[in-house]
Amino acid sequence: MGFTRGFQGRRRRPDDERLPPGQYDTGADWPVLTAEATPHLATADWTFTVDGLVEQQATWTWDEIHALPRSTFDGDIHCVTTWSKLGVTFAGVSVDTLLAAARPLPSATYVLARSHTGYTTNLPLADVTGGKAWVVWDFEGQPLEVAHGGPARLLVPHLYFWKSAKWVSGLKLLDHDEAGFWERNGYHDRGDPWREERYQGD
Amino acid sequence: MTDQPSAPSVAAPPAPPSVAASPMPRTGGWQQATVVGIRPETANAKTFRLALTEPRPHLAGQHYVVRLTAPDGYRASRSYSIASPPDDSGQIELTIERLEDGEVSSFLHDDLMVGDRLEVRGPIGGWFVWDGQTPAILVGGGSGVVPLMAMLRLARRSERSELVRLVVSARSPGDLYYAAELPGPETTIVYTRAAPPSWPRPPGHLNALDLPSPLTPGATAYVCGSSGFADAATALLTDAGVAVDHIRVERFGPSG
Repeated sequence: MGFTRGFQGRRRRPDDERLPPGQYDTGADWPVLTAEATPHLATADWTFTVDGLVEQQATWTWDEIHALPRSTFDGDIHCVTTWSKLGVTFAGVSVDTLLAAARPLPSATYVLARSHTGYTTNLPLADVTGGKAWVVWDFEGQPLEVAHGGPARLLVPHLYFWKSAKWVSGLKLLDHDEAGFWERNGYHDRGDPWREERYQGD
Repeated sequence: MTDQPSAPSVAAPPAPPSVAASPMPRTGGWQQATVVGIRPETANAKTFRLALTEPRPHLAGQHYVVRLTAPDGYRASRSYSIASPPDDSGQIELTIERLEDGEVSSFLHDDLMVGDRLEVRGPIGGWFVWDGQTPAILVGGGSGVVPLMAMLRLARRSERSELVRLVVSARSPGDLYYAAELPGPETTIVYTRAAPPSWPRPPGHLNALDLPSPLTPGATAYVCGSSGFADAATALLTDAGVAVDHIRVERFGPSG
């Protein structure tokens, strides 16, 4: 479409191959972007449930999920609003571990993640299995702040960050794709930052 | 407004039926827009009026993405709320705060001129929108007033002002957007640092007494501002009896 008269760009870092197209490095900042009131959830009341097309619905309390094998993610996160945060560390439990306990039925092909707030987001099952997704409660060795989804959030770092539901409460296994909150409101169903799948139709 | 990412990265309750029922205009692809007007709102905010080559209907509260491309192909894009109400002019207005470190906002403020072409995409967002038919409480801080202004303008234009109450928080009179247009029986202006002479309310942060009273039962609240402002305003609204699932929030931070 041609270039914008007079625009040179100042923030470019051509060497950084970690930045997907159209993203910039937010550095130490971590913008807080949520569409609702921030909920304050006591860990004593917190639960996480895997249900839907599973052999055995499974629910963990805060203490129970902490007793599962710990898993860590080191890498980058990318928000659809064009910021990326590079070289971050989260810790929690792998979604693989949680699904192994519930045993998805062969017909399960998608998941709908949900939050204690009512927020939802949809993902292909293949995007949350094979070491690609976590439920995390630690950020850089500290408890995850409530503004960033604490006490625990979903982490699916290879997709835009709205898929990483804050204040996550469970996963429902489905045999079809069911649009979540932002996906119903104009955003892409999958959200791969490397393909710039930002909005419906991309 | 500011370089605000109108698209929250995560989280929100399901839409109440009243607004979910309104059809959301489809987001178009990238298109060229021509800058047909630029006017200052404050010392660091300007409104840019853009003529679209492919006009698309929008809802009050939606946003557009502006994308800048350098001669070597480098690109930077940011989301900006639409300040103009839905109309059939084929034009939209974006009010944009100049952030000191803002790669996009500083270019738009310092270099963009009437007649320039700009690549835009929208309208975007189906959550922070008002249908113009239902009672709404609008609470904005600083540049957070921009999407709420589209709602106020829609209400006034359609002679439904009784549906909306707008509370705007600004640091000082010089920081108030739309200063000539905004005052009216349905609006309250709160100054946090400095008020005009003889202003009835002493400067200070938004408090419970600044909210409309009584609050319309069942009204949807739209809160827009910095994360700190959004949290404070949301707390005031819930304390005043507004249900959490009737509060829609749009936060922005310095994202350049």
